[in-house]
Amino acid sequence: MSSWLPTNPSSRRWLGLAPTYLVIGIFMLIPMIIMGTYSFMEANPYGGVKPVFSTAAYLQLAWEYDLDGTLVFNPGYLKIIWRSIGLSTMATVICLIFGFPVAYYITLQPENRRNFYIYLITIPFWTNLLIRTFAWIIILGRNGVIELPLLSLGIIDKSLRMMYSDGAIAIGLTYSYLPLMVLPIYASLEKLDFRLLEAASDLYSSRLEIMTKIVIPLSKPGIIAGCILVFIPCLGAFIAPNLLGGGKKLMLGSLVQFQFASARNWPFGSALSMLMLAVVVMALIFYARGAKKRAAGAES
Amino acid sequence: MKRILSTIAVAIWALSAGMAQAAEELFIYNWTEYTPPELVAKFEAETGIKVTVDTYDSNETLLAKLQAGATGYDLVVPSQNFVPIFVSEGLIQKVNVSGMSNFKNIEERWRNPAWDPQQEYSSPWQWGTTSFSYNSENYSGKGESLKEFFEPNEEASGRVSAFQTPDEVVNLANIYLGLPFCSEDPREMKKVQDLLVAQKQHIVAYNSETMSDMLASGEAVITNHWSGFSRLGRLTGAPIVYAYPKEGVVGWYDSLVVPTSAKNVDNARKFMDFMMDPVNMAMLTVNQGYGDSIIGSSAYYTEELKSAPEVNPPADVPVVFATTCSPKAQSLIDKVWTKVMQ
Amino acid sequence: MSDQLTRPSSKRKILPVGHYRGLGLWNAAFLIFLYMPIAVLIFYSFNDNRMVMIWSGFSIDWYIKAFNNVAIQDAVLNSLIVAFFATVISTAIATIGALVLARGGNFRGKTMSLGLITLPLMVPEIVTAVAMLIFFAAIGINWGLGNVIIAHVTFCIPFAFMPIRARLEGMDTSMEQASRDLYASEWETFRYITVPLLMPGIIAGAMLAFVISMDDFIITLMVSGAGSTTLPVYIYSMIRRGLTPEINAVSTLLLLFSITIVTAYWIVSNKTRTETVH
Repeated sequence: MSSWLPTNPSSRRWLGLAPTYLVIGIFMLIPMIIMGTYSFMEANPYGGVKPVFSTAAYLQLAWEYDLDGTLVFNPGYLKIIWRSIGLSTMATVICLIFGFPVAYYITLQPENRRNFYIYLITIPFWTNLLIRTFAWIIILGRNGVIELPLLSLGIIDKSLRMMYSDGAIAIGLTYSYLPLMVLPIYASLEKLDFRLLEAASDLYSSRLEIMTKIVIPLSKPGIIAGCILVFIPCLGAFIAPNLLGGGKKLMLGSLVQFQFASARNWPFGSALSMLMLAVVVMALIFYARGAKKRAAGAES
Repeated sequence: MKRILSTIAVAIWALSAGMAQAAEELFIYNWTEYTPPELVAKFEAETGIKVTVDTYDSNETLLAKLQAGATGYDLVVPSQNFVPIFVSEGLIQKVNVSGMSNFKNIEERWRNPAWDPQQEYSSPWQWGTTSFSYNSENYSGKGESLKEFFEPNEEASGRVSAFQTPDEVVNLANIYLGLPFCSEDPREMKKVQDLLVAQKQHIVAYNSETMSDMLASGEAVITNHWSGFSRLGRLTGAPIVYAYPKEGVVGWYDSLVVPTSAKNVDNARKFMDFMMDPVNMAMLTVNQGYGDSIIGSSAYYTEELKSAPEVNPPADVPVVFATTCSPKAQSLIDKVWTKVMQ
Repeated sequence: MSDQLTRPSSKRKILPVGHYRGLGLWNAAFLIFLYMPIAVLIFYSFNDNRMVMIWSGFSIDWYIKAFNNVAIQDAVLNSLIVAFFATVISTAIATIGALVLARGGNFRGKTMSLGLITLPLMVPEIVTAVAMLIFFAAIGINWGLGNVIIAHVTFCIPFAFMPIRARLEGMDTSMEQASRDLYASEWETFRYITVPLLMPGIIAGAMLAFVISMDDFIITLMVSGAGSTTLPVYIYSMIRRGLTPEINAVSTLLLLFSITIVTAYWIVSNKTRTETVH
């Protein structure tokens, strides 16, 4: 059955990775390279680019031409980028705090019930994101599912104004990406050897110590995967910020969208995307460094 | 594994191949729910041409797709300010609309419009206006001036909603300030920016989706709105009134055009001619509730539609149609909007 | 599995090792949070009012409308076809890739391969969308739904990959070694030991891929050709005419459909599992 497989480990490796390289290389990397090239070109006024080298797109990130034509510092876009990073980090942390105990709880269940919980978590996400977000408007809105009972019971006498706030955005983002946190954490917790916990307990470790010194370190790959899976789509999200946040403050996702749509400035949109990519890569390098240091620390 | 993969490859192949086979076809690419099925059925019955409808969400998406080379569509429906862009970018082709048998049915004022002076490219679909609506129970104003929208009083402050994209908001601001559309003068645009930044403190949300819901629930008392969409909100029973401010409202006009890459040009032309028949156009207008430009179609309207205030602007309110902005003007609009959104 | 034997039973009175007070409650709160919008969504599909958010009375008209709306049905069908192929292909690719990257030891190009496989995650969707559109147009691929499937396979790979790799990392290899020592062929070991052990990861990955594919809007909108409108594209472009409870009705039906499939799968897989255990 496996006779057609090469025996040389290196060939086998590359055979296994070939489909990945083929698909992502052709349909993702090459288009990305095109995109990168676009960011160094001039904008065609009605979409697309002119094949002329230009760094205008990158200049535009932090500078603008004043009315009299001089280049002045413009923090506007940087503010938007900073805000997006902040909000994405917040949503990721909330997802982690909310999702980790759930993933852990599921791991404690008997096997058949574990799968059942996983299905329970995935099912709501079979409905469209926009529809789910609209449902939150009904819940949080004026005279909505939360307010109406409180109003009629006389607990509150005027609207709580929950909608169109940063809190509403956070709820929306958390709700959108929660399973992307729970599933990877569960996948790595699931193989946790519970004998380790018993051993630790026998050696008089407290429950807190068991959690922080055994469970969390061992589920780290899942936690990292989950955080990455949540953070990145949050960075580019625009549905929750627009619908639940009232779109009063532009987010990076909407800004990029805006460049390709209304503003029709593809090079600037590409440059913004490159910057976003840089933020993500920096976060990953930061993590990789930390991981190396920890590994080195553990060995000594 | 190999076998599974090859089976899948064959399946994909079959799927895509199956889609491109048929004798007489027409592929329409339109805004969603903008192509009534009964209209399509009637056209199919009369001509024997099989129609497939796909949908997009904005003029910008349509432009981006055609710009990047998407093919397979025989008819698309851009708004008037996009038609010149499509022409100058070589994305649509001449189909000699003025030579069609039903061309005579277009109302005089809509014949050879500014965006297609020889009527070579475009034939009518629907037109409507953009302004603002208010909840007549929660708000005592009468929607007589754009001031109520841009500089709301105490009563409406914090309960105003504006669109999420700049084009129409900026155009309305231009009307209010008495400035021309698509201004290339930074000082004029600075006035627009100041107005919009000042308006922001009264804004509850920038929203282009749930305007009627916000008015009905009381989340907002004044919202940017489109005429036909506002009418639909009113028909649900909510006290929504579409305002015709004295300064004027922004007009838009969607038309059928044929992409350069279209494969079934003759069928597309048949459909354009079909739509200029008053009976067929009335079917569309009754379904959509915007407005049309075909002589005699109103005879087939419902009574409700005939008298709907949203569809019939008062004679003394100017309807100013958006024009295609130069790149310089467009970049000023983007600058203003980014400032407002910071 | 060995940890099964020592896994403490949750029925014991004294809180067993590894259990924490309030976890069950937390989980319940989590499920309520998860299902509240779904309940609202279903409830409002029976709304008489054209505006989803304003309740005016009970009606099943929107279901009747949905059943008669060919455009929505076509969109749902397209979505399911795309999601099915995208899930199967991307999960297969991701599984092989994860096996190499987690088990292949350290080799030249490992970091690069990892970077490549997670690339689709790091690029904002809108950028992927436009880049892919330009690319497809440049090389002249116009396979209708085929384009959409290719695009979905591409961006689903990392979503399928992450949980599988998380599962593989540090997964005990002793069972596989034992199997090889007992003269099982490489394929048999893979088929009967590695895959079952890896299954939770594969299932989690496949589900993520499916969910991501079903939800994607921007990329699909950009790469789809004539005749390949999917449900999200349909819903998003409905915005200009206002959302009606019809979409709630369709979502509810789709939910019902997926619950049926998932439940059936769950029952079947549970049965086979108990059979193999005994």
